Amino acid sequence: MTIQNAHGLHVRPATKLADLAGKFKSNVTIHKDGQDVSARSIIELLTLAAAHGTELRIRAEGPDATEAVDAIAKLVNSRFGLE
Amino acid sequence: MQILKGTPVSPGIVIGEAFLLDFEEFRMPRRAVEPEAIEAEVQRFENAVDRVVAEISEDVKRLEESMPDGDLHLIFNGHIAIVRELVPTVVDSIRKYRFTPEHAVSKKIRQTIKLLTSRDDPSGFAARIVADFTDVEKRLLRVLFGRRGDSKSGAAGKSIVFARDLTPSQTMALDRTKILGFVTEFGGKTSHTAILARAHGIPAVVGIADVTREVSGGDTVIVDGTKGILIVEPDGETLKKYRALEKSFISFEKRTAEEMRAQPSETRDGIAVALLANIELPEEAKGAREFGAGGIGLFRTEFLYFDARNLPTEKEQFEKYRSVLQAMDGRPVTIRALDIGADKDVAGIASPERNPFLGLRGIRLLFERMDLFRTQLRAVLRASAFGKARLMFPMISTLEEVKQAKAIVADVREELDAEGASFDPEMPIGVMIEVPSAAIAADILCSEADFLSIGTNDLVQYVMAVDRVNEKIAPLYQPGHPAVLRLLRSVIDAGARAERPVAMCGEMSGDPLFTALLLGFGLRSFSVVPSAIPEVKKVLRSVTIAEAKQIAQDALALPDAHQVVEYLTEKTKRIIPELF
Repeated sequence: MTIQNAHGLHVRPATKLADLAGKFKSNVTIHKDGQDVSARSIIELLTLAAAHGTELRIRAEGPDATEAVDAIAKLVNSRFGLE
Repeated sequence: MQILKGTPVSPGIVIGEAFLLDFEEFRMPRRAVEPEAIEAEVQRFENAVDRVVAEISEDVKRLEESMPDGDLHLIFNGHIAIVRELVPTVVDSIRKYRFTPEHAVSKKIRQTIKLLTSRDDPSGFAARIVADFTDVEKRLLRVLFGRRGDSKSGAAGKSIVFARDLTPSQTMALDRTKILGFVTEFGGKTSHTAILARAHGIPAVVGIADVTREVSGGDTVIVDGTKGILIVEPDGETLKKYRALEKSFISFEKRTAEEMRAQPSETRDGIAVALLANIELPEEAKGAREFGAGGIGLFRTEFLYFDARNLPTEKEQFEKYRSVLQAMDGRPVTIRALDIGADKDVAGIASPERNPFLGLRGIRLLFERMDLFRTQLRAVLRASAFGKARLMFPMISTLEEVKQAKAIVADVREELDAEGASFDPEMPIGVMIEVPSAAIAADILCSEADFLSIGTNDLVQYVMAVDRVNEKIAPLYQPGHPAVLRLLRSVIDAGARAERPVAMCGEMSGDPLFTALLLGFGLRSFSVVPSAIPEVKKVLRSVTIAEAKQIAQDALALPDAHQVVEYLTEKTKRIIPELF
């Protein structure tokens, strides 16, 4: 998926993403250029420095993995409901 | 618990939270956490987190109220989430590596920031995220270092200020109502911090090497300004003991102040003695009156030049001087002309010198900077129309200087006359006696000076050849030295013979230890820091002139400062036992 909001994955979207990821039992990780971070950690998400147009990959492992990936993709694609 | 010893410079006992003034530099305390203190440090960190979360929540609330449609507050919610996320990592490193919370927080955030700045950032996106982390770090460190709420809430608690040294401009910037005590690494009894602390009755200990590394912001500390002791993180028993002492000290101070306020300033045999106040800021005039000051014996004017980036205008100065004259309501106010030299870094007026205490300072500098001098004289003269103003010149060493300064005053008077401005044509003009040549030949200066004011801080320093802020030679700074006593008596005698009033405005005049001695020398005008007025009054009301003369005679017969101080302590102890 691609970060589509103009301001990138900054504090606000990262907070929303981490909140959402925390609701699932599965471990969700986000990948960017060989860097893996936990989707539950705002600090780690922010270190991705994912500006507008950055390509990210989501991976989830656990009982609700599919639901988690779907929900997160939806959030990212809706530009985090912020714009 | 850690007990450190320094120089006591302002008496009193106070217990409070440490606040490190130099925190902007974020100097991390080097101290590793003692194993038994680990849990307390974890607790301190968790408290700090709670406080920061509460602070940010307040900001969020304010934003929601002021901009209900915006989503800016979401950023702050993000900051709260970041703070919470830091907790396990930081707690872990306090426990595992015995880091202080300050160090642990800083380390974690620095690591994160390093990650962000390590790669290319053409859009500047990473830089913006770095700013978020820096903001969170600042908030946490500010609370951990003990600076809370600062300008924002105005509700910040009172604290004990720690600094390496306090420059005059730093002390000007402090909100004095929020300071419980002072502790510094440098300085002696007559350093700026010490004078300021005594003026406000704030306990202070100076000269504790490396103290700002030993103490972390937010530590509970006890300052004993009477004995010169600092206790960091006291145990329960010590705390209990000092709480009782703190209470009894406060009540003694208050009792003395209340007891003395309405009493006339006179000796037991009814000889009137002027008890005046030394002030640094116009706002202090009110406090001086509350302590029962009969006037202002020394109004330092350096504050005007520390505060302003630009030099003060005549109008600014005039208004300040007038406000003090009006606050004193007809009581005398002695304004001292600007007294700076190369040791005081003031608005770049004085340039560095190899030997600043013997250099271009006081009146010598004013002659070089005629623009500053004339502007100040105009302001003082114009203010003299609003009360009983007196003017004195600092650092006078020759009669020529007095004549020259007076000639300039006369010239300025003519100028004002021509402009039709009003002023007091009779305003007395006196000189500070603080240079040995002026003290030894005080009788000669009396031919030109309307009054003398002995500045003991500098006089003792010059007589003993001891830099008063150099802690290595601090024991040699001896106001009780026989040479100093003889010189003081001779100045007071010279004034009496020439019928010129003699006042004393140095630290010595506010030290109850010397009150009886100075009365015995014939001194009838004491100018002291406002908070010292009640104690000095108590001593002078307890002695007769005959007794004071006897004390003076006995003290003069002693061979060294040590014995003089011992003798005077014994005598004063009988009058105010609570002081010792």
